[in-house]
Amino acid sequence: MASGRDDQPRLTRRALLQTAAAGALALGAPTIVRAQPDAIRIGHLTPRTGFLGQLGEYGLNAATLAVDEANAAGGVLGRKVELIAEDSVNPGVAVTKVQKLVERDKVLCLVGEISSASALAIAEQANRYKVAYFNTGANSDELRGKNCNRFMFHVEGCNTMYTKTIGQWQKSKNLIKGAKWYMLTADYAFGHDLFRVSSRFLTENGGTVMANDMVPTNTPDYSAYILKIRQAKPNFVYINLAGADQTSFLKQYKEYSMPFPLAGGVMDTVPFWGAGIDSLSGHWQSLWYHGLTVPAAQAFTKRFSDKHGKPPDNQAWGDYVGVKILLQAMAETKSTEAAKWVQYFEKGASFDILKGRKGSFRDWDHQLLQEMYVVKVKDKKDSKDKWDIFELVQTVPAANESFEVIQPSKQENPCTMA
Amino acid sequence: MPLFVILEHMANGLLVGAYYIVLALGLSLIFSLGGVVNLAHGAFYALGAYLAYEIQQRLGFAGAVTLSPLGVALIGVAIERLFIRRFYREDPGLALLFTFGLAMAAEQSLRLIWGATGLPFGIPEALRGQIFLGDFIYSRYRIAVLVVSAAAVTGCWLLLNKTSFGLVVRAGTRDPEMVRALGIALSPILTAIFALGVGLAALAGVMSAPLAGVHPAMGTEILVAAFVIVVIGGLGSFWGVVWAGLIVGVVRGLTVLFYPPAAEASMYALMVLVLLVRPRGLMGERFERFE
Repeated sequence: MASGRDDQPRLTRRALLQTAAAGALALGAPTIVRAQPDAIRIGHLTPRTGFLGQLGEYGLNAATLAVDEANAAGGVLGRKVELIAEDSVNPGVAVTKVQKLVERDKVLCLVGEISSASALAIAEQANRYKVAYFNTGANSDELRGKNCNRFMFHVEGCNTMYTKTIGQWQKSKNLIKGAKWYMLTADYAFGHDLFRVSSRFLTENGGTVMANDMVPTNTPDYSAYILKIRQAKPNFVYINLAGADQTSFLKQYKEYSMPFPLAGGVMDTVPFWGAGIDSLSGHWQSLWYHGLTVPAAQAFTKRFSDKHGKPPDNQAWGDYVGVKILLQAMAETKSTEAAKWVQYFEKGASFDILKGRKGSFRDWDHQLLQEMYVVKVKDKKDSKDKWDIFELVQTVPAANESFEVIQPSKQENPCTMA
Repeated sequence: MPLFVILEHMANGLLVGAYYIVLALGLSLIFSLGGVVNLAHGAFYALGAYLAYEIQQRLGFAGAVTLSPLGVALIGVAIERLFIRRFYREDPGLALLFTFGLAMAAEQSLRLIWGATGLPFGIPEALRGQIFLGDFIYSRYRIAVLVVSAAAVTGCWLLLNKTSFGLVVRAGTRDPEMVRALGIALSPILTAIFALGVGLAALAGVMSAPLAGVHPAMGTEILVAAFVIVVIGGLGSFWGVVWAGLIVGVVRGLTVLFYPPAAEASMYALMVLVLLVRPRGLMGERFERFE
């Protein structure tokens, strides 16, 4: 029987050569692509799971937005910017992730972190690798103090800044002198540091800490603590708690309708949104709030809201500004070397940080000098949507005052950079 | 320290134990009657809270507290029929692995669907405010939680001890071969038990939502507490779980009073103590299948 086998294609020499060329191209392609200018790789490290995970998600979204905007404008130094994001759920994991980002992914710098304990671990690694690290979320004073290092820069405010911001307002309303305060403190690095700073401010201004309870992180039920507060009858309740723990406490404090005025050493908007305006009360300090009427802030709020369907919080602001500052440093110094950026910052370079006044890093401890805000929880009837929970009461320091008003002084901050 | 203060904290501890007992009871039922270590129990707890968040917006809290556990129980039926029943005759480790994977998948699904941030869930209007008994203060809402929990526990006990369904369940755990030999089908019973267990978890989730909030990690956070209570109470014992939940609540409350940093760790210390002194738990039975 006749078969169609005569039509079967034979492996011609031409076909063999073409296949070999295609194979070589496929294998060699990555190298060829890399022959183009290498992307600028930035490592983003923040908790995305655990009790700070909610904040980390906002931070990552904003950092990504900043990188996308930079690339849309043509990149930096003619190169594309690439963000490599990792989850740093605890200090141990943070260390391994830094090692991975620096050694394997060859990032030029690190941005992020919220937990002060993890930030300390990251800072040690950054110093070891001589890689710049921009802290956008960790508040502990010690990071700017005895654990300061040449390669770490702080966009986020420190505990002293938060304390002095609300403290200025409390002083002006005569709530400190002669008053007895009951404190609750999160039992980890951040909480301890905040307690140290807030109790120092209180006693320096004539008040007393009548009691301080160390609360384990991830405590779901605060009824027992609230009963103790009720028995103690303080003039003021001051909480040094963070994240979801702060939210749970606020809800349950309202549940018992305790009459004592309440404030805290930190205010992250996300947990406050999570509590809902029904559970909130009091005056608080804010690093940045989407209700700011500064045009640059409004524009950022709009861009973020359009992309994510919800407004940016203070953590988003921090990561966004952190990335923008480091890209500006790269562009202005025309360098990817951390040492050059350190010089640039220490000489007093200033940046648009989406606030009324520009910011710059203090040269001896690398803290971003900036204004903060005192806010008040709105009445529910004045609130336009579930994110509209605050009204701005005042800007601290005021427009004509020095930024140093809310900063730790040289006596309060023992930072010496080797 | 005045005696009144100590009593107040003990009473509060009993209240706090209430929804933990409901959660732990569900876990215990699935284990002792179904033979499955349900590491996904926390996921059903979280799902109960999330469903309640959705239902509450349309049908109020009353609707949420009745419909959410039912909804989760139905999902439990599906999970049991599709997956869990394949593991009854196998090595217990397989069911454990499956539920572990299910827990992780569930948490990430919650994160995908509702986002990583906490959802606002307030105390329903009708249950706000406080009740004063002398100098003791109680939040109205927690009293309501206590009442609902007591009803759920009582309901379960009645179901297991006063109905023919319960009779078959208890017989099936003692001697499944004999029950089958008598012509009674056990599979629908096992499905019902699993659904009941996860329904209880969901109920606990709904009740805890106004207190501790709704966020994706809430299931994993509470799962360990549920296991600790079941172990302290004793595997296989109904009332053991109830007593253990109350004791854990009281111990934790007193620890907050005297030494807060150890408050969350106190239940583990209690578990270690119980296991050293009485390994089968406070009221556990010797379970031939697992010894």
